[in-house]
Amino acid sequence: MSSDIETIAIKQAAHVAEKHEEDSKTLFGFWLYLMTDCVLFASLFATYAVLHNNTFGGQSAHQLFSLPYALTETLILLTSSFTCGLAVLAAQSKRKNQVISWLSVTFVLGISFLSMELTEFSRLAASNNSWHRSGFLSSFFTLVGTHGLHITIGLLWMFVMIFRLYKGSIGRTTIRQLTLFSLFWHFLDVIWIFIFTIVYLLGGIGV
Amino acid sequence: MMNNLANILGKLNVHALPSSPITAGAVIGGSIAVLAVIALITYKKRWTWLYKEWITTTNHKKIGVMYIIVAVLMLLRGASDAGMMRLQQATSVGSAHGLLSPNMFQQVVSAHGTIMIFFAGMGLMFGLINLVLPLMIGARDVAFPFMNSTSFWLFAFGAVLINLSLGIGEFSAAGWLAYPPLSELKYSPGVGVDYWIWSLQIAGIGSLLSGINFIVTILKMRAPGMTLMKMPMFAWSVLGAMTLVAFAFPILTVTLTLLALDRTLGMHFFSAGYGGNAMMYINLIWAWGHPEVYILILPAFGIFSEIVSTFSSKRLFGYKSMVWAIWAIVFLSYGVWLHHFFTMGAGANVNAVFGIATMLIAVPTGVKIFNWLFTMYRGRIRFTSPMIWFMGFVFLFTMGGVAGVLMAVPPIDFQLHNSLFLVAHFHTMIVSGVLFGYFAGITYWFPKTFGFRLNEKLGKYAAYCWIVGFILAFLPLYILGIMGATRRMDHYSASLGWQPLFIVAGIGASIIFIGLGLQILQVIVSIWKRNETKDLSGDPWSARTLEWSTTSPPPEYNFALLPVVNQRDAYWASKHSKTKTENDSYSPIYSPKNTSSGFFIGLFSLTIGFSIIWHIWWLLIIGFLGLVLTIILRTTSGEHEKVITVSQIEKIEIPLNGGTKA
Ligand SMILES: [Cu+2]
Repeated sequence: MSSDIETIAIKQAAHVAEKHEEDSKTLFGFWLYLMTDCVLFASLFATYAVLHNNTFGGQSAHQLFSLPYALTETLILLTSSFTCGLAVLAAQSKRKNQVISWLSVTFVLGISFLSMELTEFSRLAASNNSWHRSGFLSSFFTLVGTHGLHITIGLLWMFVMIFRLYKGSIGRTTIRQLTLFSLFWHFLDVIWIFIFTIVYLLGGIGV
Repeated sequence: MMNNLANILGKLNVHALPSSPITAGAVIGGSIAVLAVIALITYKKRWTWLYKEWITTTNHKKIGVMYIIVAVLMLLRGASDAGMMRLQQATSVGSAHGLLSPNMFQQVVSAHGTIMIFFAGMGLMFGLINLVLPLMIGARDVAFPFMNSTSFWLFAFGAVLINLSLGIGEFSAAGWLAYPPLSELKYSPGVGVDYWIWSLQIAGIGSLLSGINFIVTILKMRAPGMTLMKMPMFAWSVLGAMTLVAFAFPILTVTLTLLALDRTLGMHFFSAGYGGNAMMYINLIWAWGHPEVYILILPAFGIFSEIVSTFSSKRLFGYKSMVWAIWAIVFLSYGVWLHHFFTMGAGANVNAVFGIATMLIAVPTGVKIFNWLFTMYRGRIRFTSPMIWFMGFVFLFTMGGVAGVLMAVPPIDFQLHNSLFLVAHFHTMIVSGVLFGYFAGITYWFPKTFGFRLNEKLGKYAAYCWIVGFILAFLPLYILGIMGATRRMDHYSASLGWQPLFIVAGIGASIIFIGLGLQILQVIVSIWKRNETKDLSGDPWSARTLEWSTTSPPPEYNFALLPVVNQRDAYWASKHSKTKTENDSYSPIYSPKNTSSGFFIGLFSLTIGFSIIWHIWWLLIIGFLGLVLTIILRTTSGEHEKVITVSQIEKIEIPLNGGTKA
């Protein structure tokens, strides 16, 4: 009888270990995904590098982009990464309301970033500098737009997480999802730093 | 009214229906076949079975079988394209113009290449990896079974999309890699290139997911004790190939997206004018394309390694050098892409660097060939049909490889670029390396999957037909290429005197078709007489690796007790050691539940692709919402695992172990 209970306990422990291993698999798989995404962005940076002078008689990066505007976007995104980290910390100590608040702050910051980006896009389009204009602008819209698309996916992901947290409690799945999400969000931050440097900073000084 | 309808259906209208009798015939034939299958399933009342056992399955062995079925169907489609090309080039001389119009011929050429690489080759590869890789490393499934099902359905619906182009609209006539500016909207205004883009995009994302899945499976799920250097060579080759997938397929995704943006939104990445740069496309597509060749061929090398070692009854010669050769190939394959366009203005120094890098790849490949031969040396060789495929491979691959090294010399390439010599070269590499490898693999692992062997006699005849037919079909193309015949040529002047060689090539192709027919017959006969070739031992070939230690076919969970490994060729060692492994009691096994999400992700992706091709924007929104909702529902729904209890395992295992409890 007692040995039966013992075996059951052992088997349950084995299952917990299995779950743990599953988490480590998911985490590793997600890292691999981020790496493939890195290759994707690297290809887009390469196309931008090739095409950034091909303005076809139109305005160049130096004339089109405003450095302070891009800097503001950068600060917003960096702050959102910080608040996202705070949400993960709160989740580890199982403070549900804090997680929701920090995630909501991250969400709002993400939305602000995205709206600034879209405002810039529409300003460019309105001044006859849309992607039809030249190879340079095609590659600009695609590179920055792909990052924006990732941000949009991140926002959707956050929205679903906030909704689920609101309805339920912090379980293993939530913590795992939040960990993956924060990896994703930090990754987008890093990509943005590259965009800021290559597109706005080097473009602004006219390299 | 008509105007409204036109708006609702985008660019789609009655003119999209086939106009040539050949396509119309193919579409009608295809539709009848599909209807017949549907009728049969309905008549036999098998829809529930189909849904529960196959469509929603997350079991890697069933997914593997489905991959191979789709791939074989696509192989037959690609082969019929090849037949049309051989017929056209053998007959369209001087005043005769053959059956196909120039535009149709270009579509057939493009479809043949695209289908064979993306759907036949990749499908057979992922099919075989799914069938055996988890078994071979002593795992119960892949790392992410749901993602695996998604990958398959993306692949399958990509295949559906490319076949839709046959009946609705047209296919690309811009070659298998759709070089711009020809593939730009200005020069290819139809929907053909869009079909090409979106069927590859959908299937390609599936491949990328699979790549991630198998890397995690190999690195995280090996049986206890199986260190990396104790893995079977097939697992090593898959790890190499999947690493290539993870680095190369994102580049393909980007390249296809940029071309789609040019065509659909009027961007100017590759336009001639507006500051576009067509050479950038050619660099990008080959940065994916060259590694792709090795993605297909490395697993085939792995299969040959397993087969040669098993049928020579010896352990693989030079295991460590084999591993190093794989990683040398992986590494080098990213540094040679420019050899595909030596003639396009890179300059002598750049060409020299890439030429030398290309020749370097012959070194690790040669190492592998010699290792296989040394494995056979003084072995007790059994000449089964997988070994016949292997011998054909060694002979043809070495020949084609020498032709490849020849073309790696830039000045020679200037003579042979875009000639039939090149076509003959890469067909030698891909047919003998990739296809023969996968045929050998299918024959070898068939009994493991289905519990009975394939008919050996027909298998050998088929292999002989393929080898002889291949030599007859492609030797003339080498010669014609040197004589100046270019690729994708739908007509030539009679005064060139090329026709006899093209007729020989046509005869060779017919012999290959006899080989294909024999393979189909082989499957039918083997199923018919399956009781004669039943595999009751689980180890019909006296093999060496773990997949043979379980039953044929294996139970859902593969291994009731996970095998413990302490050396290479673990199963061989355990068969020949006197100490019996200690029996352990069973534990419950956690196994993934079935899910339809993968199927719907594939279906909505098809919808998205189709609606972009035809500019049907409301359908695009539906497809997009469907996709997002399916993913959200899947990731937020509860438990995805079911438990197989100890008593269920015992019910399966005890009859297998001859009635004794493990
Ligand atoms: Cu190459």
